[in-house]
Formats: sequence, C-alpha cells, structure tokens
Amino acid sequence: MPASSNRTALFLFVPVLMIFVMGLAILGWGRPGAYVFHGWLIAISAGWGLIRLVNVMTDPAPKIPLAYKDDVIKWGVLACFSWGLIGFIVGDVLAWQLAIPAWNGDMFWSNFGRIRPIHTTAVVFGFAGNALIATSFYVVQRTSRARLADEISPWFVLGGYNLFVLLGVTGYPFGITQAREYAEPEWYADLVLLFTWVTYLILYLRTLARRAEPHIYVANWYYLGFIVVIAMLHVVNNLAVPASIAYPKSYSLFAGVQDAMTQWWYGHNAVGFLLTAGFLGMMYYFMPKAVGRPIYSYRLSIIGFWGITFLYLWAGSHHLHYTALPDWVQYLGMSMSIILLVPSWGSVFNGILTLNGAWDKVRTDPAVRFMMVAVLFYGLTTFEGSFLAIRPVNTLSHYTDWTIGHVHAGALGWVAFMTFGAMYKMVPWIWQRSGTYSLRLEAWHFWLALSGTLIYVGAMWNSGITQSLMWQTYDADGNFVYAFIDTVDAMRPYYIARAIGGLLYLIGACIGAYNIYMTVRGPRLAPATDDQRPVVSTGGGASK
Amino acid sequence: MSTKHQKLERNSMGFAIAILFVASLGGLFEIAPLFTIENTVEKVEGMRPYTPLELAGRDIYVREGCYACHSQMIRTLKSDVDRYGHYSLAAESMYDHPHQWGSKRTGPDLARIGNKYSDNWHVLHLSNPREFVEGSVMPGYAFLADQRLETGHLPGALAALRRTGVPYTDAQIESASKDAAYQADVDADYEDDLIERYGDKVQIRDFDGQPNLVSEMDALVAYLQMLGTLVDFEALKSEEIAR
Repeated sequence: MPASSNRTALFLFVPVLMIFVMGLAILGWGRPGAYVFHGWLIAISAGWGLIRLVNVMTDPAPKIPLAYKDDVIKWGVLACFSWGLIGFIVGDVLAWQLAIPAWNGDMFWSNFGRIRPIHTTAVVFGFAGNALIATSFYVVQRTSRARLADEISPWFVLGGYNLFVLLGVTGYPFGITQAREYAEPEWYADLVLLFTWVTYLILYLRTLARRAEPHIYVANWYYLGFIVVIAMLHVVNNLAVPASIAYPKSYSLFAGVQDAMTQWWYGHNAVGFLLTAGFLGMMYYFMPKAVGRPIYSYRLSIIGFWGITFLYLWAGSHHLHYTALPDWVQYLGMSMSIILLVPSWGSVFNGILTLNGAWDKVRTDPAVRFMMVAVLFYGLTTFEGSFLAIRPVNTLSHYTDWTIGHVHAGALGWVAFMTFGAMYKMVPWIWQRSGTYSLRLEAWHFWLALSGTLIYVGAMWNSGITQSLMWQTYDADGNFVYAFIDTVDAMRPYYIARAIGGLLYLIGACIGAYNIYMTVRGPRLAPATDDQRPVVSTGGGASK
Repeated sequence: MSTKHQKLERNSMGFAIAILFVASLGGLFEIAPLFTIENTVEKVEGMRPYTPLELAGRDIYVREGCYACHSQMIRTLKSDVDRYGHYSLAAESMYDHPHQWGSKRTGPDLARIGNKYSDNWHVLHLSNPREFVEGSVMPGYAFLADQRLETGHLPGALAALRRTGVPYTDAQIESASKDAAYQADVDADYEDDLIERYGDKVQIRDFDGQPNLVSEMDALVAYLQMLGTLVDFEALKSEEIAR
C-alpha cells in the first residue's frame, strides 16, 4: 500500500492537470497579451506542480518526522507580509490620487479605477488571506496535537492560493476584471481558487480527524467556518458564462437586482467570514496563548460562533437600502444586521475578559497590545456596522466616505492589528527564536499604526458626513445649495489627511516587516522539547 | 446546550456540515425568492438588450472600474430623485450582467446620464475632466479615443449573454460586429437594419468626432448616452411600479 503522501499526490494530480490544461488552452487560444501571460503563468505553475507530484509518487515514501509541519507556514508568513506591503503601498497611492488627481497619470493602466482592485485584492486576499492560511495551519496542528494530514496538499493550497491572488492583481491594470467588488478576478482565476479551496477544506478536515484531543478547539470552529462559507460564497457569486476562450471576459449568470443581491451577499460575508470569522479564530488561539490565560467563557464562544454563522448571511441587503431591491429584503437585512451586534459583542467581551489577570502584558508586550486594540476596533466596527445598517442612518452614510472609513476601521484596526499581534508571537515560535528582534520597534509599529488608523478613520467620518449633508441641503425655494462638484471640493483636506494617515500606517508596516525579518535572521533557540511536538504524525492513524 | 454542543465538537465532519447548513439559510430565504417572486422585476415598456456598440461601451465601463466611483442606482430618497431623476427601477438593470449599481459616489450617479450632455461634452470631459469641471478628481481617459474598437468578439459576447437569459436573436448575434461599427458611422446608410433589430430609440451617429475611426470612445459615449433613457416614465402608471 502506498504511503499517505503518495496517495494524496495521486488525488491532487487530476486537479493540477486540469489547471495545467486550462493554462495551455489560454496561452494557445488567447488574444490579449495580459491574458496570454496569465496562460503561461498558470501552465508553468501547474506544470511545475505536476513534475513535483510525479516525483513524490515515484520516490520512495520519505520518513516523516514527529514534528509539526511548519515550513509551509513560514512561506505563508512571507506571502502575508509581501502582499501586505504591496496592498498598503497601492492603497496610499490611491489615496494620493484622490487628493492630487494628476497622480492618476491618465495612462490606461494607472488610473484609479483599474488599480483600486489591486489594493483591495492584495490586502483582503493577499495579506489577510495568507495570514489566515498560515495561522490556521499553525493553530489546527497545535490544538489537535497532530501534524498536518499530509505533506503535499499544504503546498498546493498555499501555492494555488497565491497564484489566484497574482492572477488577480496582474490582470487589473490590463482591464481583466469581473467588476464585482471584492470578487474581481475572472473565471479562470476563480477556477484555480476553487480547486485550491476544496483541497484546503479536505486538508483541514483530515487534520482535525487525526486530532489527539477529544474536542475541536473553538479557534478551529472559526477557521472551519471561514473555509466552508468562503467556498459557498465563491462558487455562487462567481457563476458566469465566459464569452470565449480567446478573451478573459465573462458575463455573470445573474442580472440586475438578483445580481446585486448575490454580490452583496458575497461582499458582506467576505467581510463576515474572511475578515471576521477567520480573525476571531486567530483571536481565540493567540490571545489566550500570549497572555497565558484561558478563554473567559466557553458558553459565550458557542453563542458568538453560531450567532455569527447564522446572522451574517442575512445582512448583505443593508448595502442596498432604498434601491430597486424589494423592500422586504431590505428590512430583513436591516433587522438581522442589528441583531448581529449581540454575537459580535459577545466575542468582544470574551476576548477582552480573557485578558483579566494579565492586563500588565498590555503595557509590557506590544503584541498583546496589538491584539487588545484589535478587539476594541472589532467592537467599534461591529457597532458602527449595525448602526449604518439602520435605514435612516444609511441615507446619511451610503455612497460616501463614511463607508470607506467603516471598512478601514475594520481592516486596519481589527484585521491587520490582530494579524500583526499574532505574527509577532507566531514568528518567533515557528522559527524557534527567543522573541522578536526588537520590542522597541514593535512599539513604534504599534503607535504608528494606531495613529495612522485614527487619522484615516477620523478623516473619512468627517468627509462622509460632510458630503452627504451637502448633497441633501436645500435652500428656502427648494433648490439644491451645492452642485455635485462643490461637495467634491469640500473633500480635499480630508483626502490629504487620509493619505497621510495611510502613509503612517505604511511606515509602521515597513518597520514591522523589518522587525520580522531581523527576528528570522536572529539566533535559534535550543531544540524543541516533547511539549512542542505532536502526538500524531503522518505515518500512523489518530490515537483516539 | 453545552452537552449537545460538546457532542458536535467531537465530530469534525458533522461540524462542517452544521456550518454549511446554518450559513446557507440566509441565502435560501432571502436571495432564492428573488428569482421566483414575479414582481421583483417590474414589467415596463421600453427595455431592450444593449446594442453591440452599447455593450462594447459597457464592457469598457466595466474594464475601467468606473463603478468604484459612480453608482447607477437612484434611490427613492427625495435628494436622490431631485438631483438625478426618477428613482431606478429593477427592470432598468434587467439585462445588466453584471449589475453596475455601485457603492460609492466619488462622482455623481450615472443611471440617467443619457442625453443630458452633448457627445462632444462627454468626449472632451472624458479626455480631460479638469478642463471642464474645475476641481474634479476624475482620471483622464484620452487614450480611449485613439483605441480602435475591437468588434470581432461581439457575436461571442452576445451569444454568452443569451445563455444567461438576455433575449438576443440569431440575427442580432450574427450581425453584432457589423452593427457595432455602423452604429457609430453616419455614412453607412444602415440605419433601418439597426432600428429593425433594436427599435427606434437606437442612437446612430459618430459619437467621438472622429468619423474615420470607430474608437473605444465611440462605444463608451454611446453607452453613456443611452443610460436611463429606455423607459418612458410619462407613460408609466405609478401603481405599476409601486413597491
């Protein structure tokens, strides 16, 4: 009987071959240059993968050490920081483009509309997504006390996922986009992600099945929620009919009102399950670990988890208040969005109260401070989210920068703060270093990131409310006081402030990346003790 | 509750299935009915599929990411209706794959931009926004006027759209490339064919001021000039569109 890794190689061979053939078809029949380049990119990556798989299948089964599989996580950390820096840089360029429109360059590839999705994809999928994949691999192994279920599929997951991100961001400047917010990559990139994601789910479930602990730890519920729901959202939202193999263009299966609702069901739950559930998983592992305290309440974790899993999927229609979407859907979405505050704040309290008895660490350990502030921002953002979902409030906020401010309070304050906090802990653990290179730099990163976020969000609150009020101002005769362009002029100081806030955040992230790099370059600790090894490795079955 | 949940916590497959079940309820009860409830999309006179030139223009609108800054959805609020015109009907985007309702108004709503400005205004404004609107933060799209419009792929595009449910006829698909080029060419003497295929509201003229070239600018302006012009609201009874 072949060893387990050889068997997996056999199973993986079919999807990788399909991706390879798709790459060949695109580079053979494709017409636009960027699309042909994507064909080459896919074919070379998948071709290389096929060679690796054949090697694994023909080589004698390697001896698998009784240790956690951390090498793939290290590459995940690298990908996370690389995409993060790219995403932050492009984000700040976009911010300056709005403050100083000449920065658009007015070339086909450099305009705001074409490069905005580079920012969103690099940050949401590149930075946050890789952070989740890397930490999920770390957490599932430790909490199950089992090595990842096999040797090859983790590489396929990480590689395929980053190929998807790369196809996305290199396509946008050349106009390859579905124009669905946060799901811009075209059909062929979506197929790459689909294969990757199914493999991820199977790998995760197989690893859980091998666990030496009787219970599945709460962090894994959230990671599992993230994986399962993103799979569902991705498939339904990206249903499309390609026009031809010669062009990247496809047309979405749904039209108009149904398409809008599907898109925001997806959009809101990409936030709900990628940027929320996944990061709650991160919180539930790294926060108690970092402060050495157990989770405050088991019961609260259950309520929080199922509350979020049930309610989030109803909330998407609050993005479409007062539109041509039937009113009953709008009211339903609003109601569910308000109730959603309960499980959200349940998680906030569970996180914050876990710090009880270890609050001194918030002062002494910048990583804990990152995570603590992340949870506070999560609380702020979820409150704001429920508030903005109320129809009359939405008349003030919708279509304005307030939405942008809300998203960034969540993305900069919650998602990225939690990521930085977790990374400052996990990087020394997996590279076996005594700690980060410099706590001082960590603190600098923290304060730059915090001030950048506050400036950013404050500017957007002001600009959003100002512009909306100006849009709605009538004079005594019932005429508008302001032409549209007057409301654009009024945004200028806020746009400049926002770009400066973003710049501070970017500088902080550069310091963070340098700190992580120096940590990795630093001296190693003594070899692992039994306590840091799994009970179960790939060779044997689970000992339950 | 806790003991039952502890059982679930011991079963990874069961847990995953429970998540999928709980998470799919929202979509099943909130989205699926939108496809079956009849009055989700009103029945109104005047809606027709895009002409090939308009569709090519729409594809350019999508390609350039215009939706990042412009909505195409006039809400039922007074301040929206007063500024942009009659609130948008679901029917008006019934052939929009994908929808372009948008989520942000860095620039104004475009749902009824059609026929509000001259072709020339659009061409010059797109090429150099700040020359016409001081203080505008819009990027310039002068390159569209130099770019010859590709029309070879349009029959395939229409056929793909028909598969999604847009009622294009065989004749429309077959002559899509020709239709696109001739809609922007006044000398072509082809008006009757286009009107026969797409109705008398089709705007046939040279949109970009370059009679010798059917450019991407032609297509984009043709698209912008028809936005929101298809439904005749004078003839609509208000109870038919009441929601």
